Amino acid sequence: MNIETNRRDLLKGAGALVLAFELPASEAAAQQAAAAPPPLPGSLRNNPKVSSWLRIEADGKIRLLVGKVELGQGILTAVSQICADELDIDMKRLSITSGDTWLSPNEGTTAGSFSMPDCGTAVRAVSADARRILLGLASQKLGAEADKLVVSDGTVRAPDGKQTTYWELVSGQELEVPATGKSPTKPASARKYIGKNITRIDIPPKATGSLIWIQDLRPDGMVHGRVVRPPQYDAKLINADLDAARKLPGVIEVVRDGSFLGVVAQREEQAINAAAALRQSARWDMPKEAPASDTVHDWLLAQKTKDVVIKDQAKPANLTAAATIEQTYKRPFVMHASIGPSTAIGTLTEDGVMTVQTHSQSVFETGAAIAQMLGMDKTKVRMQHVQGCACYGHNGADDAAADAALLARAVPGKPVRIQWSRNDEHKWEPYNSAMLLKTKAEVDAKGDIIDWRFELWSTSHGTRPGNNAGNLLPARHLAKPFPMPEPVNGGPPNYAADRNAIPLYDFPGQKVTTHFISSFAARASSTRGLGAYSNVFAIESFIDELAARAKVDPLEYRLRHLKDERGRAVLQKAAETFGWSNFKKQPGRGRGIAFARYKNLAAFTAIVVEVDVNAATGKIRVLRAVAANDSGEVVSPDGVKNQIEGGLIQSLSWTLKEGVRYDASGVRSEDWTSYPILTFTEVPPVEVVLIDRPGTPFLGTGEASQGPTSAALANAVFDAVGVRVRDLPLTPARVKAAINA
Amino acid sequence: MTALKVNGRTQDVSAPDDAPLLYVLRNDLKYNGPKYGCGLSQCGACTVIIDGQAVRSCVTSIGSVVGQEITTLEGLGDMSAPHKLQKAFMDENAAQCGYCMNGMIMRAKVLLDNNPKPTDGEIRQALDGNLCRCGAHNRIVRAVLRASQEA
Ligand code: FES
Ligand code: FES
Repeated sequence: MNIETNRRDLLKGAGALVLAFELPASEAAAQQAAAAPPPLPGSLRNNPKVSSWLRIEADGKIRLLVGKVELGQGILTAVSQICADELDIDMKRLSITSGDTWLSPNEGTTAGSFSMPDCGTAVRAVSADARRILLGLASQKLGAEADKLVVSDGTVRAPDGKQTTYWELVSGQELEVPATGKSPTKPASARKYIGKNITRIDIPPKATGSLIWIQDLRPDGMVHGRVVRPPQYDAKLINADLDAARKLPGVIEVVRDGSFLGVVAQREEQAINAAAALRQSARWDMPKEAPASDTVHDWLLAQKTKDVVIKDQAKPANLTAAATIEQTYKRPFVMHASIGPSTAIGTLTEDGVMTVQTHSQSVFETGAAIAQMLGMDKTKVRMQHVQGCACYGHNGADDAAADAALLARAVPGKPVRIQWSRNDEHKWEPYNSAMLLKTKAEVDAKGDIIDWRFELWSTSHGTRPGNNAGNLLPARHLAKPFPMPEPVNGGPPNYAADRNAIPLYDFPGQKVTTHFISSFAARASSTRGLGAYSNVFAIESFIDELAARAKVDPLEYRLRHLKDERGRAVLQKAAETFGWSNFKKQPGRGRGIAFARYKNLAAFTAIVVEVDVNAATGKIRVLRAVAANDSGEVVSPDGVKNQIEGGLIQSLSWTLKEGVRYDASGVRSEDWTSYPILTFTEVPPVEVVLIDRPGTPFLGTGEASQGPTSAALANAVFDAVGVRVRDLPLTPARVKAAINA
Repeated sequence: MTALKVNGRTQDVSAPDDAPLLYVLRNDLKYNGPKYGCGLSQCGACTVIIDGQAVRSCVTSIGSVVGQEITTLEGLGDMSAPHKLQKAFMDENAAQCGYCMNGMIMRAKVLLDNNPKPTDGEIRQALDGNLCRCGAHNRIVRAVLRASQEA
């Protein structure tokens, strides 16, 4: 397997070597329309040409082109497994081009746990189509019926021993057809890769220091850029000593455009030193007032909101309430906090093309936003995805790409590499919004829920570039700034702030209201799970409180209210794996369970954790965790487990430790000391069990454990020491205060 | 000119004495292993081994390591002949993104050199200052245990 980093060679080869299933886009569309077929599966819908996805090259290489990108979720391995199986080739024969806006199919953003449903589904269908077409050709050539042919790594054999290869077969126009999405796919028994655990294709290079990361690209003549960001979101640059900076060793260019201040230097440490000098000389106009993290929940309630009732189901008239219970839950801003800060390389070449290597999740839309920022034609900006550190959502990647483009424009011909500092990343990435959640339930005499009310307050979870320069950080700081567009909340079926706010339980009466705030207390955007983390925390904490009030086992109480079979199955599987029914309660220890189906349409996940709580200090130790997950058909069992376990541990970190601190002077969480995360000695053993459902659709996995983990933890603390902490994170101080209250 | 001994080879670099070793390794000598994570000695992504010790190259000046034996991830092995730790990280898929992996492997190498059969707890203690945001911790511990069982 070979992941291309030098895309120029590929482009050069595209004319002569690539014998592809090309069909002019208009013709493909016309054929599509004429046949009026049912919609194609996954991302084929918007990219119906086979040649958009697969190319068979004369040297026997098979190139898979995908629009989704590797973020550490293992997607390139998973789609390679699918492609190799459906096409009957060895995985080694595959090369992948992913996220190149000039070459790859446009699959939009790689987010929302859509990689497998969109890309995996499309790759399966298109590979099966290609195999069918190739076998048809082989059948003619070899004079044997297609279903008698045997394929091994692209070599097709007839019963009489005659043989040919895919790359001999593909020679001209006859292959130019749009995808059908209808070719038969491999039965489980005939698969070599799908469903098997293999070493992920990107791990050997990463483990040995081979070139694979964007950080490792060193184009000839590369120089280093750094941007000096304002001390505070709305600070305006009055002046800075640009001349002094220009005289520093190695400095090639100093750029000031409004409040955008940057430097380009020969060596990396020279760029860092020059940026430090600029920072020191800069004078800023600071806003007098700004929201502060300590009072963020008051701030949320004080804002003008857009209110939408997203679920309204009246309680049947025959049910009468024995009691009404209300609670409020809170969570602060939390950051993505990638270990590797955002990086990009921009180059403006003589042909007037701006090429940006980036680890953006949304190369297509970010490319369009950068073109707008630069006042360039969209077709003149080429974005190429190269792997960066995992991002867990919209972090600084796109802004760093814009930084690189702005500085590259100032030094035409020179590739400018930008790497944000730790301080830049912590202070400027868009966070996961703080939220406030109010719950209210009516219960009957048995304590069962007959009416459920849920209200949430949140700022935006979606300010990705989305073709608009106003969503790029540096574009907002220019002398002629691009104003940030007013954010909108994502609606059904996925939702955004209100993701997972509608419970999957069958409560007779239900009302869910979103109070969406379009202003910002701190910069915010999509972070793993969006609102689901907070909403599931509140729902699954509250249901636990109601179970305790009804004196019913929390597992049993959930099952009573849940008809969904797959939901019940993961709850039961997690409980059984944990040993729920024979759990021996010890002083200071407790167990907690929680469940959600991510977005109410993706993977099902139930989580059980066991904790030890030190009543004197309030410190929580997580002793172990169990997750049961149903992601539909499993392509890579180890990949799914990895995502679920990783998400679980990250969510433990959010829930136990994390909250961004900021005030009028700026963000105060500026490094790993002021914003600590979970470390090795705090990470519990985690067991993940999968319920595989062969033949059912792929359900996105990557964000499924964030929500249930938080509530399982809070529920375990309650079980251990009898107190409820509804204000995240569950710090020792808060737990101790609750115990002593 | 400063002469640095990296992975057994002495190489001349023309960089000031106070230049951070991390940038010199990455930019002048073109090693990919050590990664920038924080530049503050807080995360471990930039770890290299110097005279048998795990050292954070982001806060180490080249002037301070002249004449010492510097080993980077590349110095352990390559794709065709990986070191047992590198092999174990591959076999365990001990990463999500893998950005932290350089630091994990280099720190674990020093641990195994000093304590060939560490316990789970000893591995966690040794790696406690190396941050991973992806939650790959348990896989990483398993990989180090696996490597410790290889001859
Ligand atoms: S980069 Fe050196 S410790 Fe983080
Ligand atoms: S695997 Fe991504 S930071 Fe550790």
